[in-house]
Amino acid sequence: MNLGLYITQQVINAIALGSLYALVAIGLSMIFGILRMANFAHGDMMMVGGFGTLVLQATGIGFGWAAVGGIAIGALCGVIVERVAYRPVRGSPEVTLLLTSFAVTYILENLGILIFTSSAHNFPLPDWMDNAFQFSDGQITFTQINILTVVLTAVALAGLGWFVTRTDLGLGMRAAAEDMGAAHLVGLDVNRLIIVAFAIASGFAGLGGVLWAAQSGVVSYSMGFTPLLKAFVAAIIGGFGSIAGALLGGYLLGALEILIVAFLPAEVSPYRDAIVFALLIAFLLFRPNGLLKRAQEVKL
Amino acid sequence: MPSRPTNTPERSPAQSGAKPLLEVSDLRVSYGAVTAIHGVSLSVAAGEVVALLGANGAGKSTMLRTISGLSRPRSGRISLGGEAIHRLPPARIVRLGIAHCPEGRRVFGSLSVAENLRLGAAARAERSGMAEDRERIYAMFPILRERMTQSAGTLSGGEQQMLALGRALMARPKVLLLDEPSLGLAPLLVQQIFRTLAELKAQGVTMLLVEQNINLALALADRAYVLRTGEVSLAGSAAELQADYEKVAAAYLGARP
Repeated sequence: MNLGLYITQQVINAIALGSLYALVAIGLSMIFGILRMANFAHGDMMMVGGFGTLVLQATGIGFGWAAVGGIAIGALCGVIVERVAYRPVRGSPEVTLLLTSFAVTYILENLGILIFTSSAHNFPLPDWMDNAFQFSDGQITFTQINILTVVLTAVALAGLGWFVTRTDLGLGMRAAAEDMGAAHLVGLDVNRLIIVAFAIASGFAGLGGVLWAAQSGVVSYSMGFTPLLKAFVAAIIGGFGSIAGALLGGYLLGALEILIVAFLPAEVSPYRDAIVFALLIAFLLFRPNGLLKRAQEVKL
Repeated sequence: MPSRPTNTPERSPAQSGAKPLLEVSDLRVSYGAVTAIHGVSLSVAAGEVVALLGANGAGKSTMLRTISGLSRPRSGRISLGGEAIHRLPPARIVRLGIAHCPEGRRVFGSLSVAENLRLGAAARAERSGMAEDRERIYAMFPILRERMTQSAGTLSGGEQQMLALGRALMARPKVLLLDEPSLGLAPLLVQQIFRTLAELKAQGVTMLLVEQNINLALALADRAYVLRTGEVSLAGSAAELQADYEKVAAAYLGARP
């Protein structure tokens, strides 16, 4: 087997996996940036997006529109959760916010079980998405879903980049993440910023959920759990609260996992997650601010 | 030392008979069990510069934070142009015309200088004239124009103070609240900031200034209040207070004349 082609294939896999992690990690980091809250219910928006798409598809509309609808339902669900569960406890100690997000997780996942049962559902894809392109006699394979994952992530990231650098709302979100008090003082409508942040973060998670379901072929009530943990690692590697950090962390983590599976001896592969979480501990010990985020400095 | 009528906090501006633009009456603010402000009344007329003096912990910053809506009063009233504002959220208060240049500058370090100025105008009702206002601020502080695209966190302390002031001015405030604009700055920069504040005063900008540097504050202000442990211990025209420095010092330290 040609080593160059093998590496190319693994790079493609790493980018596709990293895109998924980045999509979920960015939302986690955005919400932490503004509310200083580790939102454990964030992964459940993936489930909401996945099931939303499934239900809409069952009504007979095309997959594309069903996915758009599912993502919108995910975004809406995030906004509702913020309004109903998080806003009333905003300003409480961080542990209260954390426990509230656990409660929301339990409620959403049990609602998932109640409505869709605890068994996994098939996630039917249209035929055109099941295609794969093969090059060099099948040594390089692009699945449609891989390409779609990378392209949609790039589009979503470009949109987010435009939003946070060119619009008042986006600039305001970054300002509020940095200094909530000063954001109040310049007259930013912080409630509105938080709603928009939840809508974007949850929409990204919904998109991540649809893509995750498309990759794995199933949706289930607990599908958000593993990606959520990975997204936490990604966000912390990059610097929790930083959007660019979450992006970087997501792709680094994707690359690391593929590296472990593809280039290390096969006996190591089962320890992939253990290695990832060991990395998390190492970061928390030695570089708790992550790669991109500097500690706040006071200037005189 | 003879007692003067200025000892009692007055409800209307001392000199002008005009209706005050900003009026605080019998304000009480507490943080949990600790009372920070015990029934303070003060007023600022349009075009006037009023200094709020006092030792650390006297309640000066709490007063500004309460006017801005960051802290809620336990009782009392704050009004801007006759309209009660003490129950409004901070964003509404900024929109009505009170901009707060906070202690420690609090510029958004990860945003560029231009973006900081842009956010200063975010609460503004009318969006026209933003470019002219930005030009005015760049003319006032040319260094900010040079550093326009730099992130605010890379600025020196003095430049950050200029940016914080510029950001507050972008809101086109009716009243500018300034919390310790000289804090932590080199003497030369302090002079520059206060020269700019004097220019703003000449342009008719109304200010309520909290400042530790008594001489600088009294040189700029028309009137001043001295707060001590949450109460007004002395009030009067800046000229009077400047002439009677001992009395100001006594008001700081708590001796009652």
